[in-house]
Amino acid sequence: MLTGDCMSELIPVVSDGETALSAAEIALIDAEIAHVPYRSAVAIDALKIVQAQRGWVSDESLRAIARHLRMSAAELDGVATFYNLIFRRPVGEQVILLCNSISCWIKGCDTLQAQISERLGIGLGETTADNRYTLLPVTCLGACDKAPVLMVGEELHEDVSAQSLRELLAGSGDDR
Amino acid sequence: MPTITIDGVAYEVEAGRNLLESCLSLGLDLPYFCWHPAMGSIGACRQCAVVQYQNAEDNRGRIVMGCMTPVTDGAIFSLSGDKARHFREAIVESLMLNHPHDCPVCAEGGECHLQDMTVMVGHRDRHYRGRKNTHRNQYLGPLINHEMNRCITCYRCTRYYRDYAGGTDLAAMAAHDHIYFGRHQEGVLQSEFAGNLVEVCPTGVFTDKSLVHDYTRKWDLQSAPSVCTACAVGCNTIPGERYGRLKRVHNRFNAEVNGYFLCDRGRFGAGFVNSDRALEFPGLREADGRYRALDHHDALHRMMDSCAAGKVAGIGSPRASVEANYLLRLLAGTDNFAPGFSDAEQDLVNLALRLQQQSAAVTPDIRTIESADAVLVLGEDVTNTAPRIALALRQSVRNKAYEMAAGLRLETWQDAAIRNLAQQQRSPLFIAAVADTPLDDVATRRLSLAPEGIAALGQAVAAGISGAASATPGSTSGEAVDIVAALARASRPLVIAGTGCGSAAVLQAAAEVANALCSSGRQAMLCLCVPEANSLGQAMLAGPKAPNLGALEERARAGEIDTLVVLENDLYRRGNSAGIDALLAECRNVIVLDGLDNATTSAATLVLPAANFAESEGTLVSLEGRAQRYYPLFQPREERRPSWVWLLACMKELERPDVHSLHHFDDITRACAADIPALAGITAAAPDLHYLNLGVKIPRQPSRYSGRTAMRANISVHEPKQREDEETPLAFTMEGLNRSQPGALLPWVWSPGWNSNQSLHKFQTHAGGPLKGGTAGVRLLHPGAAGGHRISDITAPATAAASAAPDLWQLVPRPRIFGSDELSALSPGLAELVVPGFIELSPADAGRLGVATGDGVDVGDGIATLEVRVNATMTTGCAGYSAGFAGSGNLAPLARVTLQRAANWQRRPQLIGSDRGNGSGSSHV
Ligand code: SF4
Ligand code: SF4
Ligand code: FES
Ligand code: FES
Repeated sequence: MLTGDCMSELIPVVSDGETALSAAEIALIDAEIAHVPYRSAVAIDALKIVQAQRGWVSDESLRAIARHLRMSAAELDGVATFYNLIFRRPVGEQVILLCNSISCWIKGCDTLQAQISERLGIGLGETTADNRYTLLPVTCLGACDKAPVLMVGEELHEDVSAQSLRELLAGSGDDR
Repeated sequence: MPTITIDGVAYEVEAGRNLLESCLSLGLDLPYFCWHPAMGSIGACRQCAVVQYQNAEDNRGRIVMGCMTPVTDGAIFSLSGDKARHFREAIVESLMLNHPHDCPVCAEGGECHLQDMTVMVGHRDRHYRGRKNTHRNQYLGPLINHEMNRCITCYRCTRYYRDYAGGTDLAAMAAHDHIYFGRHQEGVLQSEFAGNLVEVCPTGVFTDKSLVHDYTRKWDLQSAPSVCTACAVGCNTIPGERYGRLKRVHNRFNAEVNGYFLCDRGRFGAGFVNSDRALEFPGLREADGRYRALDHHDALHRMMDSCAAGKVAGIGSPRASVEANYLLRLLAGTDNFAPGFSDAEQDLVNLALRLQQQSAAVTPDIRTIESADAVLVLGEDVTNTAPRIALALRQSVRNKAYEMAAGLRLETWQDAAIRNLAQQQRSPLFIAAVADTPLDDVATRRLSLAPEGIAALGQAVAAGISGAASATPGSTSGEAVDIVAALARASRPLVIAGTGCGSAAVLQAAAEVANALCSSGRQAMLCLCVPEANSLGQAMLAGPKAPNLGALEERARAGEIDTLVVLENDLYRRGNSAGIDALLAECRNVIVLDGLDNATTSAATLVLPAANFAESEGTLVSLEGRAQRYYPLFQPREERRPSWVWLLACMKELERPDVHSLHHFDDITRACAADIPALAGITAAAPDLHYLNLGVKIPRQPSRYSGRTAMRANISVHEPKQREDEETPLAFTMEGLNRSQPGALLPWVWSPGWNSNQSLHKFQTHAGGPLKGGTAGVRLLHPGAAGGHRISDITAPATAAASAAPDLWQLVPRPRIFGSDELSALSPGLAELVVPGFIELSPADAGRLGVATGDGVDVGDGIATLEVRVNATMTTGCAGYSAGFAGSGNLAPLARVTLQRAANWQRRPQLIGSDRGNGSGSSHV
């Protein structure tokens, strides 16, 4: 493990001027670093901060964060790819997270998925041509009692029916 | 010793171990994947499940993991009960859900731990009918092949690579059934120890690329116990051969030298054996400069004639065996035998030997290095000069973690727990070097100093230790104070230095620190690195008064040498080319014995093709003074002969009385031991030719060796009689017994049901312990026996006056693991990783010269032109150079030279071939 803060003077760090992180991102990440004993401890927060700014975490962004946290790109990539809500590929403006875990499956998430796919012309993991939506499966959104559920962007939709889904997606897709 | 019950039988087991280790040590086959004797337990794979019962009344029991369960007195287990067996079978089935079952095309097949475990648990029928995952493989460089689909997610690779070896560029990516072990991006694995992945991974994910491309199954390989010849550590190896080609090198366990691991120079650096530069016939230079091939009789007569008439001088080699060097020394006479070092190195190696002989400190082996609780490295970049020691130092800094664990009564094998507990806390490791070293990431501090500065720091530390109270304040630098404090607190302090930075004063200072520690009542260790496989043996053989190359050159110029015999040594790597040219030109006959064509063979009047380490036997003395024997693994082709055979035959022809009674290799070893007091112990390095293992020889071929007749069916369908080995206790056959013989004679590991290298535990006294037959090799330096503290009596050879003129730079060697060793750098694959020769400069110095990385500089008056690398950690005023590289032969360590921006320098393109990922999946066959 080569991430030790105690060795900071030994690990060459690309000066911040050369990193691809913006001043705003650095400020937010540094605020997190102030709370922890090791810089690498804020890896997840830093990924979230950068994703919030850029929509996703590209290889370049990931390496810039790794440099800033003085950890190896491989180690950070291990963290980034572990979490399916850290996007390592570009996503659309809105991410639809469709729960396919047990309660939602019982309550017919497959039908919802088919409906979304038909409506938007995308399968799981795909983004619409107009870059508005990306459809991703998710394992339980913690609202099992309101199954089936899905999220569009930041918003949780409960007890989704064919009808409510149609309304939700109105104005999107071909008929726009 | 606790007593435990396994399946109704009571066993006494060693306390402090886990159940898995204990079972294996008892000879019980308990399957496992993620546990590794050198890396401990994490309980990841769930393969080692057993049932544990609360007490005699408990007849249900519960499943526990053997590797995570301490053995406690009275514990009751079942290995063979249905519950445990079904669980283990289900584990293999689940681990293999995504496994492609591509054994027939897998390089691991036939020595695969997954195959062994699958058979062991009795799993046969797959129930899974879904689609399997398919991963994209990565290009990981020229040495290691990646086939990710075969992964069973045991995590051994990242635990080894990152946790054990300190690599940063391999990680576990993603989660659940997408998990992927690889790099952030395709590219060369950066660790110098990456090759051990080949042996650590229990499946065929990481395999040896050269083997994959030139493939033979383990059961078809002929192997012999060997010793790595690529540096002075002397790691024990098992090279494998088929069709006269060296196919691969595996680790041969030696608890005191290399444990379970090799470095990549050693593992991948033996490919030169297959080189098409190998000499096959003796060559006699004709008037027109061409060489005429001779058969060996003619060649011998030529050699004899040259040696009979006139004065003979010999130049030996630190990369040749003790025996060959000894014969040459007999042939030429003690006063006419130069050991074959460069002049500067000869003084340094002699000094290193004397310091170790006279020090009260212990000369450590790898285990004691790992046990050090404070380390001071002076001047030596061990990762690049004695790599395996660097891997041991990475373990020594964990002693802090083990201390913390002991405080919590955590067993040492609780790997994840201990790493979590210690986080970044490490035992002290101080490094003083001319610039950065690959160990810096685990160092408490790395100081960039010029060689005199390193020596002065060492002196200050020594003074601080011996007179801590009396030292006048201000006389030691702040750095020295910290180092003194760390060493003084330690109970097993270790000081490391070596010939690597070219400074006698640094060696001396290191010895003084060790002695000061000993005088202050500590059991200090002193490890002095030397450059080559037999450097130390050569110093022992030749002695301090032996002439050096410079002295021979003078004699040659004075017409005092008629015939010069050069043994396995490319002299152009040892001295400046003008001097070597003169030496060779002034001798009427220059007879060169070597294995590969090089600049020196090209200047010879007679060239004799010498067998390499894979084709001959010999003894080498490692940097810890351990004499070790290597054995031929196949017969040399054509007229190649071991050097000792050439030399002995020549002396017999000359009817020399001193070789009258020498017939076999062993006779030479014995004669040398009797003649040279420092080498008296070498006969004990390994059993002699008459050793029989329960009445039979030891086979080089495993019992399943196949296709022996077919191998040469293109020539004749009649299988010739196997060659008899008349020099060693090994046989070139399948017949014989490979079990419980001395450790020095272990040609391969295999045991029924254990086809992979994990079968090793069957050869160990207990799982992870030393070999049952005893640890290979014999120590010639009696560690710590000398008791003499009078280091100051030994005067270091004078080094060039330290007048730092402002427009002169001091040349400081910067050895590289890939490139500084002559032969390994010629191995395909590894050769791709050798960077061009370089000069490293501090940014300030680069600025003064007006150069940037990639520009060229002329060194001295045109003695070399090398590529600049600007290194922010380089000591200003010093110029690090690629020591041991072709093109650096003219550069002498510590010389003060002028530097100048090279005119007409052609910058290299930025990308090097092996960095260019060649597309997904296309890198494997
Ligand atoms: S690549 Fe090999 S060592 Fe690594 S987790 Fe997979 S099977 Fe284990
Ligand atoms: S080069 Fe040295 S450290 Fe590496 S395997 Fe060979 S002997 Fe061991
Ligand atoms: S199963 Fe869908 S929200 Fe929990
Ligand atoms: S070996 Fe015990 S869980 Fe893997």
